[in-house]
Amino acid sequence: MTQEFNNPEAAQAQLDAHVREIVAWHFSPETGCQFWLDWARNAGLDPRKSVHSFADLVGFFPHFQDEWLRDLQPDVWVPAAYRGRPYNVFETGGTTGMPKQRIGWDDYKTDYEEFSSKISDEHFPKGQAWLMVGPTGPRRLRLAIEHLANFRGSPCYFIDLDPRWVKKVIAQKQFDQARAYMDHVVDQAVTILKHRRVSGLFTTPKLLEALGEKLNLHDAGIRGVFCGGTTMAPQYVRFICEEVLEGRIGFYPTYGNTLMGLAASTPLRPEDNYSITYYAPQPRAVLRVVNPAQTGQLVEYDAWGRVELTTLTKELFLPRFLERDEALRRKPRPPYAWDGVAEVRPFGAMEKNIVEGVY
Amino acid sequence: MGMLPHLPALRRGKIYRSLEQQPLKDCRTGEPLGYISQVNAGIVRKDLARISESRAALQEFSSEHLLQICTRAGELFEKETLPLGDQGHTQSPDQFAETLSATSGLPLVMVRRNMTKIANALANMRVILNGLTRGLDLGILDRGFGVHADSRLSFYPTSLCLGLVMPSNSPAVNSLWLPAIPLKTPVVIKPGREEPWTPYRLIQAFIAAGCPAEAFGFYPTEHEGAGEILRSCGRALVFGDKNTTAQYAGNPGIQVHGPGYSKILIGDDQIERWPEFVDMMVTSIADNGGRSCINASAVVVPKYAAEIADALAQKLGPIVPLPAHDENARLSAFANPAMANGIDAMIEEGLRTPGAVEVTARYRQGTRKVTLDGAVYLRPTVVLCDSFGHPLANREFLCPYASVIQVPQSEMLRQIGPSLVVSAITHDAKFRRDLLASPLIERLNLGAVPTMKISWDQPHEGNLFEFLYRRRAIDFA
Repeated sequence: MTQEFNNPEAAQAQLDAHVREIVAWHFSPETGCQFWLDWARNAGLDPRKSVHSFADLVGFFPHFQDEWLRDLQPDVWVPAAYRGRPYNVFETGGTTGMPKQRIGWDDYKTDYEEFSSKISDEHFPKGQAWLMVGPTGPRRLRLAIEHLANFRGSPCYFIDLDPRWVKKVIAQKQFDQARAYMDHVVDQAVTILKHRRVSGLFTTPKLLEALGEKLNLHDAGIRGVFCGGTTMAPQYVRFICEEVLEGRIGFYPTYGNTLMGLAASTPLRPEDNYSITYYAPQPRAVLRVVNPAQTGQLVEYDAWGRVELTTLTKELFLPRFLERDEALRRKPRPPYAWDGVAEVRPFGAMEKNIVEGVY
Repeated sequence: MGMLPHLPALRRGKIYRSLEQQPLKDCRTGEPLGYISQVNAGIVRKDLARISESRAALQEFSSEHLLQICTRAGELFEKETLPLGDQGHTQSPDQFAETLSATSGLPLVMVRRNMTKIANALANMRVILNGLTRGLDLGILDRGFGVHADSRLSFYPTSLCLGLVMPSNSPAVNSLWLPAIPLKTPVVIKPGREEPWTPYRLIQAFIAAGCPAEAFGFYPTEHEGAGEILRSCGRALVFGDKNTTAQYAGNPGIQVHGPGYSKILIGDDQIERWPEFVDMMVTSIADNGGRSCINASAVVVPKYAAEIADALAQKLGPIVPLPAHDENARLSAFANPAMANGIDAMIEEGLRTPGAVEVTARYRQGTRKVTLDGAVYLRPTVVLCDSFGHPLANREFLCPYASVIQVPQSEMLRQIGPSLVVSAITHDAKFRRDLLASPLIERLNLGAVPTMKISWDQPHEGNLFEFLYRRRAIDFA
């Protein structure tokens, strides 16, 4: 379980200790997985001897290549200590061809149980039903949301959205098809909201907006919205808060993916001007905002850079993975004693059009 | 009050300051002259859900009263200081012209000419509506029914509002939507990226003249927001290049204003007199910086093509950019230099296909693309093409550009393709009959009339009244 500190030194010490523990786990033959043991053997290195802190890890490991998650069989990622225990296979992204896969056991439960403490009972009353409208299928998110709801004593309804199909039709400029599919998804959600008592909602920003056009969410019983998925620039966040949720529904934007887990956002203050900052669930995952040209360097605070993820759990060791996102680096802010990432958007968003669709 | 003006969105008349703002830059110096709010598509959708209230606000006024408001708005637009943005700034007519010239690249003299055109459109709104409705008593629109020329008539609106995705090329294009207001139709405007000034000032003039603010939506927005306006307004006008407009061709709810491919045709009977028409051709090609869809982009003649091309080139080739304040300025700068680069490259690419010669090159003494005071210009270009099949023969660019093509008179109407304006110089009765019968020509000038000449009482590109109203049969017990 993550401990949050108001003291950056203590947080750093906790992270360094966690790095040592995780490196020892993944690079010991008794506990580690085939991939990392082979990697160390082929490189002639023993990270256990060289990596004693997060700073050491950054200097020691190259960027994790996500192609490994596509090209290799999932078994190579099974830690020896978990051998014989069936695992979940979660997929990330992908529109065509073989998707990237991450295996897991309990990480999603850990992440979402911790996240449960960050949402209020007023907005997500314990025991009252949730609705998830978004990508289910082979995604970690589907199990995670249901686990979160269940952890709070609530059931959860699901409406699926296949983002691969949406990306495909948008890339082919079949906008009518994309719109028809979105309507199809939203209509199903409206049906659930009309016929079932639901108070908590997980969805993507675009679907939330579309849902808000079909019915008044507060009148439909929704009290809290937990959102994730795509870019939310400050103006868009303001629009969601003021005009879709009408200032009457709790809003919890998150940044996350199958490889990291879930970075929660700090509650918005007036001085934030609707700029959302996310904080990784350190020490299980670390987000850094690095200079895209020299990824060993952090950018200055409040400057744009590329998001780099390091995942440090016993189930997955993923050092220095460069996300396809860019963000502003933000200072620590209570209750988080480490850097945050703000206004996340697709990497290079200002230079080229990115197909985000409704996801 | 902030140092620079900020243009907010207007949401059914109400000021909305977005957290996302873009600078409006002087195209010569790059210096910001103001900022403009950018809104997301959801805001457009949200407001359209209540657009019937905007229409209701206009319905409170009689058509006659709205015509009076138009007259007053025209005076205010042209002569008075009006509010600018949400920080207490104001804008005099001179400030408007200066700012618009700086951000759009149009020389001041052209901006003023465009201002006059717009003010005249408002002053002549009664004549315009008379032309659009063919003399309908506008009281019939107030009552919903009536009798005209001994026939019972009833009209119903085809849409609650009129959506507009505006271009940045020429301010006078705004005169196309002005009749919507006396036709009691609220407007939902996405301004052109470099030219939000004219629609914003027109809206302020209308409001100051007594028009209900709710009738105006002003939504600076990106591609998705523009798409929403086109999809959701019921009736909309879109301006753009061939690619943009091709997307919406055939959609009865969207009136497409793309390239005009306007032309000058000379018949066999008049071709020997061609030197008399050179000035009219030059005016048609180059007025307003050659930026309008009613600028001629092709001259089609049965003989003397090479001589005519040379005569045009002698007049157009030497034209050089002049400073924005110069009264003799005839070329407009490109607010977006990438567009000038693209056009220049397209012309050069076309010239590599055999069958075309750029005649202006002889008289230009220099490159087509030039820079003056930090702004990029394209100098006039006349290309002699051997047939309509040449890639440069039936093209239109955002600069004074024309092809000259030799085609037998008997073949002309088969080859010209859709043409917004055709000025046909001929007295040949049969050729005139053929021209009058051609479905390819939106506006036909018979005689040496510059293609740029438009008349208030005749729509030259779609009829806004017929677009916004439909007649129904009506009876009473």
